[in-house]
Amino acid sequence: MKILVSIKRVADPDNASKLKVSSDGTAVTSEGLEWKMNPFDDWSLEAALRLTENAAEKNARVGEVVLVSIGPNDEHTQRIIREGLAKGAERGILVEADEGNLDASVVSAILKAIVDKESPDLVVMGKQAADGDSNVAGTELAEKLGWPVINSAMKILTSDDGKTLEVKRELDTGVATVKVTGPAVITTSDRILQPDSVQNGVTPDGHQYAKLEVGGRYASLKGIMQAKKKPIDQMSLGDLGVDTAKSLNYKKFELPPARSGQTTFVEDVADLVDKLHNTAKVI
Amino acid sequence: MANVLVVAELLEGKARKTTLCAVTAAKQIAEGTGGSFDILSIGEGAGAAAEELAGYGAGKVLKAEIAGGYTCEKYAATVAEAGKGYDVLVACASAYGKDLLPRVAAKLGAGVASDISEVHTDGGKLSYTRPMYAGNMFGTVEILTDKQVVTVRQSEFEPAASSGGASPSEDVAVQTDPAADKVEFLGVEVVKSERPDLGDADVVVSGGRALKSADNFTNVIEPLVDALGAAMGASRAACDAGYVAPELQVGQTGKVVAPKLYIAIGISGAIQHLAGMKGSKTIVAINKDKEAPIAQVADYFLVADLFDTVPALTEAVKKL
Ligand SMILES: Cc1cc2nc3c(=O)[nH]c(=O)nc-3n(C[C@H](O)[C@H](O)[C@H](O)COP(=O)(O)OP(=O)(O)OC[C@H]3O[C@@H](n4cnc5c(N)ncnc54)[C@H](O)[C@@H]3O)c2cc1C
Repeated sequence: MKILVSIKRVADPDNASKLKVSSDGTAVTSEGLEWKMNPFDDWSLEAALRLTENAAEKNARVGEVVLVSIGPNDEHTQRIIREGLAKGAERGILVEADEGNLDASVVSAILKAIVDKESPDLVVMGKQAADGDSNVAGTELAEKLGWPVINSAMKILTSDDGKTLEVKRELDTGVATVKVTGPAVITTSDRILQPDSVQNGVTPDGHQYAKLEVGGRYASLKGIMQAKKKPIDQMSLGDLGVDTAKSLNYKKFELPPARSGQTTFVEDVADLVDKLHNTAKVI
Repeated sequence: MANVLVVAELLEGKARKTTLCAVTAAKQIAEGTGGSFDILSIGEGAGAAAEELAGYGAGKVLKAEIAGGYTCEKYAATVAEAGKGYDVLVACASAYGKDLLPRVAAKLGAGVASDISEVHTDGGKLSYTRPMYAGNMFGTVEILTDKQVVTVRQSEFEPAASSGGASPSEDVAVQTDPAADKVEFLGVEVVKSERPDLGDADVVVSGGRALKSADNFTNVIEPLVDALGAAMGASRAACDAGYVAPELQVGQTGKVVAPKLYIAIGISGAIQHLAGMKGSKTIVAINKDKEAPIAQVADYFLVADLFDTVPALTEAVKKL
């Protein structure tokens, strides 16, 4: 099975409260924050690696994962691709673009051009990016390809190399199960990190991965060494010949209003109930 | 002048509350630009739901009856075709809206402003404010394409109240889409609960990793939830550990809530959790660690062991 995984860099999401707005109000500045792999992409990479390995044989690779990142061609984007390669992906593609010229329409058009070249069986993507929080690009890509999309997948089962997949996906009101005929786009939910989230017909059914708390697997030392030799193809938007007309224009950015008031440390349960009942009047 | 189509969200043949939040946003867009709005009732039971939706002041209610379980591939072509006569398509940014509307937008070549918190109609020109970076930044965006697609954050738009009257209804033809044949809906496990919906409850009580087990949620958190007539929520750590179902997750990847009262019990207050609840009016934290980051947003903080204090709190609430 061949899987395309899109990964982008984002300003360190754990420190997003330190972001600032440029003096003219039209840009977000992330000075002082490290660039990190979008955590949602890290989860989808974990799913893709599980789909293409034999976990019972030291994660021996049985398929191919191709990473694609769209962004500035600099050391940060390259580092993030290398990080994915060190975790196990076979090769990378860097499509050079100015982040200011990207939105979901453009990104999905670029990814479509890559899919047309690479013909993967699946595209596995983060359901959102931790910066834009839009949840749009994966579904738009699927529509542009005429493929089905399964958003917020928490469990993926396949035994025939991704030709048909049984996927559980999270809804607001429960969990739906669908059977998909590939090729398809899948976006992943938090639960894709659960020990039994993926069955690929190669890793013995019932295999339990180690529990992952927040993100996907760590790279091994061997993986880091091997990643140095793995290829990263670099290309420009011109090479791909895609329509790069944006559909959105951000006019201004603002920091959220600070919460008014201070924290009152209450003495005990009686004090808390008194404050909620008599001061805040919420119970 | 923007004419708006609201895409309704049905659950078991009834319009979810999320639909009424989208109606509120649609009214703002229509009123601010001198346009009007219609509603599309789509899915199984669309006809009956259309009758219910006729009382909200829409010009008309379109209906498209589609049997069987929902997939975005099954609905998108019909929504796009119905949407051709409109300038703006609006739905709630629920799991459903976030799944369906981007597919519709791609069919129409429209830009998407997703999960918006505000509508602006200055001089009849539309723009939208939306939270980004897990609620740490607000961006105001305009959509540059002829048609606009918008999903709205439920907690930022009050559900529309019924205005009486009866909008006329009209059938729209169901369109087919080859992509729909590639997805077979096998089933859904719907979680039934007598409690209010997390998305629109006045009070939310959430538990975190500190609860340590599903049993403790049942024995310690649920009695307080019910004493307050609240909805129950949880941190990701609690959902991941299987203490409660994933749809109870509050945060960047879970639900965004803004109740009058939010009580976080044994939750540290990671930035991704805060993203889902810091719009709440009054926030209470019960945590052993007074340095926990939840203190940044808490109005009241009880530094205590939850197992000692929550049962006592439940008893005290019952006595009110
Ligand atoms: C991309 C991404 C998205 C995420 N999305 C979400 C999301 O949507 N929602 C979400 O919640 N998280 C999300 N997370 C995870 C988040 O970063 C935290 O890991 C998670 O919120 C922690 O959950 P917690 O507060 O229950 O656990 P912990 O951080 O472990 O906190 C437990 C708290 O309980 C307290 N405690 C322990 N024992 C007791 C006791 N007996 N009595 C009282 N207090 C006690 C501790 O002092 C501590 O503060 C996301 C993470 C990433 C990377």
